[in-house]
Amino acid sequence: MWKNTSDKYGLTAVLIHWLSALIIFGLFALGWWMLTLTYYDEWYRLGPWWHKSFGITLLIVTVLRVLWTLINTKPKPLGSKFERLGAKAGHFLLYLLLFIVMISGFLISTADGSSISVFDWFSVPAVITDLPKQEDIAGDVHWYSALSLVILAGGHGLAALKHHFINKDSTLIRMFGKTKRKS
Amino acid sequence: MKKTLIAAAIAGSTLFTSAAMAEDYKIDTEGQHAFIEFKISHLGYSWLYGRFNDFEGSFSYDENAPENASVNVTIDTSSVDTNHAERDKHLRGDDFLSVSDHPTATFESTKYVPDDDDEGEGTLHGNFTLNGVTKEIAIEVEHIGAGEDPWGGFRRGFEGEVDLTLADYGIDYNLGPAAKEVQLTLSIEGVRQ
Repeated sequence: MWKNTSDKYGLTAVLIHWLSALIIFGLFALGWWMLTLTYYDEWYRLGPWWHKSFGITLLIVTVLRVLWTLINTKPKPLGSKFERLGAKAGHFLLYLLLFIVMISGFLISTADGSSISVFDWFSVPAVITDLPKQEDIAGDVHWYSALSLVILAGGHGLAALKHHFINKDSTLIRMFGKTKRKS
Repeated sequence: MKKTLIAAAIAGSTLFTSAAMAEDYKIDTEGQHAFIEFKISHLGYSWLYGRFNDFEGSFSYDENAPENASVNVTIDTSSVDTNHAERDKHLRGDDFLSVSDHPTATFESTKYVPDDDDEGEGTLHGNFTLNGVTKEIAIEVEHIGAGEDPWGGFRRGFEGEVDLTLADYGIDYNLGPAAKEVQLTLSIEGVRQ
C-alpha cells in the first residue's frame, strides 16, 4: 500500500507528490504576494514566517522523498522512447530546481548567521554565512529558479493532462495511486 | 588674447598658492578610522542604527583659514549594513536605495562656514547625491582634534551630522510617521598627504 510497485505508485509517493505540489504553488503565490506588502500590513511579518516555515518543511520532505525514490521501485514509464527520455529529464530538472530554490531561500535568511524558525517549533541554524553579497545573490537565484520551477511544473501538469486526454493512457490516474483507467 | 592668458596665469598661480597652503587629507578608510552611520526611528519607539561599510574620500583643511575647507566623499550604497541580512537586502532594493541603478552616493562640499561662537565648529554646505537625486545639504561639523600619530603621520578628525528627509531622495516607502527622516553621522579621520 505504501510502497511503489512496477505498475503502481504507493500511497507514500502519491501523498508526497500532491502535498509538494500544493506547497510549491502555495509558496510561490505567497512569496510573490509578500513582495507587495507594506510595512504596516499584518502579514508583513506573518507572510515570511509561514513562507520560511513551509519552505524548510518542504526541504525536509523533499530530501526524504528523494531517499524514498532511491530505495523504491518505480512504475514503468509510459509513452514513446522519446517521451520517456523527456519525462526523465523533466523530472530531474524539477528536482534540481526545487533544491536550488529551497537552498537559495535558506541562504538569504541565514546570510547574517540567523537561524530559521519553523512554525516556532524548532529552528534550523545557518550553515553558510557572510559570503560577499550573499543575501542579494541568493535572492536573485531564489526568484529566477522559483519562476522557472513553477513554469516547468506547469508544463509537467500539462504533459500529464495530454497523457490523460489525448493519449488516453493511465499516466495521470497512476499519480492518484490507481493502476488502470476504465476504457 | 595676451591679456587673457596673463590673467589666466595669475589666477592659476593664485589657486595654486592657496591650494598649497591648505593641507590635504585622505580619509582613513584603510585603517577603519572613519564611519558613516545613520539612525532612523523604528515606529517612534526606538532608534535603529546602520552604516555604510565602504566609502572613500578626502578633505582639505587649513587651520588658519578654515572657511576654505572642502570635503569629498563617495559611498558604495550596496555596503549598507544594519546587521540583518533580510533587511539589508530590502534596503538595497527598489523600495529604498536602488543600488543596482545608483551604486554610489556622493557628497561634494561647496562652502564651509565656521561658527562665530564655537571654535572648531561650523556648517559644511554641499551637494549630496543619494538614489540619483542631488540636494543641497548643510552638515553641522565639529572639529575633534588633530596632531601627529605614533607612526610618523599627521591626522585630523571631524564629526558631522545632518538630518535627511527620505522622500527628498525619492525614497517614499512608508516606515511610519516617525521614520520620515534619517540622521546621518559622518565620523571621519584623515591622514595628511
